[in-house]
Amino acid sequence: MSYQPISFYQTGTFTVGNRLLAPDERSVQAQVKRYNSLNSGHRACQGCGEALGARYAIDAAMEAAHGQLIAANATGCLEVFSTPYPETSWQIPWVHSLFGNAAAVATGIAAALKVKGKHDVRVVAQGGDGGTTDIGFGCLSGMFERNDDVLYICYDNGGYMNTGIQRSSATPPAARTATTMAVGAEPGNPFGQGKFVPAIAMAHDIPYVATATVADLRDLEAKVLRAMEIRGARYIHILVPCPLGWGTASGDTIKMARLAKETGFFPVFEAEQGVVTGVLPIRKKLPVEEFLRPQKRYAHLFGKQPKVDVIAKLQALADRNIRKYGLLGEEH
Amino acid sequence: MLKQTEGSHAVAEAVALCRPEVVCAYPISPQTHIVEGVGELVKSGELRNCEFINVESEFAAMSVAIGSSAAGARTYTATASQGLLFMAEAVFNASGLGLPIVMTVANRAIGAPINIWNDHTDSLAMRDSGWLQLFAETNQEALDLHIQAFRLGEELSLPVMVCMDGFILTHAYERVDMPTQAQVDAYLPPYSPRQVLDPAEPVSIGAMVGPEAFMEVRYLAHAKQRQALERMPAYAAEFKSIFGRDSGGLLHSYRADDAETIVVAMGSVLGTIKDTVDEMRAAGDKIGVMGLTLFRPFPSAQVRDALQHAKRVVVLEKSFSIGAGGILATNVRTAISALPIDTYTVGAGLGGRAITKRSLHALFRGAIQGKLEFLTFLDLNREVVDKQLAREAQKRRSGPIAENLLRDVGVVAAKIV
Amino acid sequence: MFQVRIHGRGGQGVVTAAEMLSIAAFEEGRHAQAFPSFGSERTGAPVVAFCRIADKEIRLREPIMEPDALIIQDPTLLHQVDVFAGLKRDGYVLINTGKTLEELGVGEFLKDWNPARVCTVPATEIAIKCVGRPVPNVPLLGGFAAISQLLKLESVIKAINDKFSGKVAEGNVAAATEAYKTTLRAMKEVAAHA
Repeated sequence: MSYQPISFYQTGTFTVGNRLLAPDERSVQAQVKRYNSLNSGHRACQGCGEALGARYAIDAAMEAAHGQLIAANATGCLEVFSTPYPETSWQIPWVHSLFGNAAAVATGIAAALKVKGKHDVRVVAQGGDGGTTDIGFGCLSGMFERNDDVLYICYDNGGYMNTGIQRSSATPPAARTATTMAVGAEPGNPFGQGKFVPAIAMAHDIPYVATATVADLRDLEAKVLRAMEIRGARYIHILVPCPLGWGTASGDTIKMARLAKETGFFPVFEAEQGVVTGVLPIRKKLPVEEFLRPQKRYAHLFGKQPKVDVIAKLQALADRNIRKYGLLGEEH
Repeated sequence: MLKQTEGSHAVAEAVALCRPEVVCAYPISPQTHIVEGVGELVKSGELRNCEFINVESEFAAMSVAIGSSAAGARTYTATASQGLLFMAEAVFNASGLGLPIVMTVANRAIGAPINIWNDHTDSLAMRDSGWLQLFAETNQEALDLHIQAFRLGEELSLPVMVCMDGFILTHAYERVDMPTQAQVDAYLPPYSPRQVLDPAEPVSIGAMVGPEAFMEVRYLAHAKQRQALERMPAYAAEFKSIFGRDSGGLLHSYRADDAETIVVAMGSVLGTIKDTVDEMRAAGDKIGVMGLTLFRPFPSAQVRDALQHAKRVVVLEKSFSIGAGGILATNVRTAISALPIDTYTVGAGLGGRAITKRSLHALFRGAIQGKLEFLTFLDLNREVVDKQLAREAQKRRSGPIAENLLRDVGVVAAKIV
Repeated sequence: MFQVRIHGRGGQGVVTAAEMLSIAAFEEGRHAQAFPSFGSERTGAPVVAFCRIADKEIRLREPIMEPDALIIQDPTLLHQVDVFAGLKRDGYVLINTGKTLEELGVGEFLKDWNPARVCTVPATEIAIKCVGRPVPNVPLLGGFAAISQLLKLESVIKAINDKFSGKVAEGNVAAATEAYKTTLRAMKEVAAHA
């Protein structure tokens, strides 16, 4: 990783105040002159992981682009909560077209900038997991294979939260949503379905792919900065817990993201030209149950008789991630 | 310069003369030759400062166009039929966002059953999308209308569809007068967007609008589109002063001054109708033609003026609203509803069925003699239809309709028409 | 108005032939309209293309149902497709073949025809010789110019150079010229017999 990591013992907190670092080593968000691209006053829920992720990601992109940035946004929570008519929280040029076309709209913006010789102006596209892994997937794949000069950021909260928590192809197995009800023989989202788009992005051999969570915001910033050093199609997939959809406390958003990472449930890594180049290792491996138990969407696993078999299957998925990406670091 | 060329290539050249900055391409018959033509001009270096993007679907084509137009680039794409429907969501979006994209629609039928031939079902299905719709009668008009479309769309900040009959025009070799770059430059100023994505002046485009203002937004879209009714004739006049020929405008009447019967139509079929009308005029029939160039916005007042002296109006249209009737005819009928004119709807040429002079003679003769029903289909094979209806009445699983009909009609490949 | 219908198979350049015919007419200052039968036909399937030639603007958009001339690029179509449908009495018929009309089995149909209006030309052989590929469309245009006297050979050559370049253009010009001469010679023989 290209940034200066701060260990927990140094500050006693995971926040990014960075008071122990020299000013030039501090995070983008720690600077007084941060861009506030997604400004305060928006209508996101308390503890919204997506709002936090977008704020850090877009400010970091702005930092890298020296303020010369245009964003295309898919329909979804981020779009709705940031632009309630006639107000907007965006302090950058921003366009929302449709649910499934953010990547293509960004391609168009990039093409216009290229033809007009505005090489200093950069383009990001952003959307939730529904707008990215489902309805926007065709446009995303097209943008990837053409290697268009766009950074696409997916804020993955594991479902269609904007429409009332329905299942997407990024909803994890066994999770309860409005369309994967916690009833019947196999409650929740079926096993053996869904897709992990970062791996599909890598299969396009695009220059840069990374995953991140809102628990490691300096890692997230570093990845955005790295992505912005590169021209061509880039993809960052950020896990952003949704208190409403996951059924977690608003104050636990960052903790939930950390648990997803520390259990291996969500692998944090980066890849260049289709090859994994680094992982954010698990500090202290935890059983997946620690991640599942606080979430109401998994409450059906923890009744009077816990569904140990289902929990074991979820543990197996986390273990597979750990093996596949080497998440235990040097120990592995 | 006069040249003998394919309609698609003529349009491609005309579009290139308009100096588009971003062109999105996705193949679909019968449009494909157009974007191929533009692409070749870009790749060979003849058309400079243009990004030619091969996209993965029509939905992406229109979405890329939305992005580039919002970022201030003059943007062009072309499609047809299923492609237009596949991009439908983005078609509405482009007009809602006020982006002056110009798109050729090489008119073609909509399946199922799949049919690659010409009719107007595709663009007429998009009649409520907020796009301006221009219909070309000839390849000359098609290329002229593209030049005017950029002017009109960019002035009003609205997208424009230039509709030309698939195959009949796109694949026809005929004479066109190709303008010079200097002429087009004199007519079409560089694109100056009303709103643009620019870091120097950040704006949010495409925010949600709730019930408190949505009606007003829609009304404004209507009001803006109606401005085309004044602009189109003005731009056509200016076009004539630079290019020296009549092209565009709202509508064109032909031998209609004293006509008791006026035939209304759009697109290339007007030529065949005019030839038929000439022959009927020679035989003493008081019959004329009104060809509509601008379908959206619909020039109601001008249509009324053009038809007011007629006893009867025959609307011949290559489209049909299933379960309701004619689409063009409904618009025409509304425009002249206060006048004592009998209006007939004739569905014709659906799915590429040839519209022949012979059939038109019989049709118009029937109308003049008062024998025409108010809704008819030109050259409908009644026998085949009745057979199928009988089959369906007799047996629930009577087989796929398309296959049944083809069997009844006989081998098609061996027939000329 | 003079209307030509061209019958052939996908891959034989039927549509190109109609287009070139229209270009040749255009080169002579006339109005011309060429269009295909608008199929999604594949290689080998029967294909039809049309060309109208007139001295004023052509507005008519219907298919050509009563042609003044027929060009038949593949004689195997004679018994598969109703190629003669609507052909005007004593309309021109040009068939790509090395066989006689009797051998083709159309002698009966054309027996009362004005013999000056019917001609065969071995266009495929000429194409193989001059172009190196069995594409009979261009030599048949040379033959058509000869039989119809509607267009000059030079106009056909101009159209060839409009459509092709380099070796292909050269070969096709040679093919059209040879077919033109062959047809003229055949016409003279017919006239001598008449």
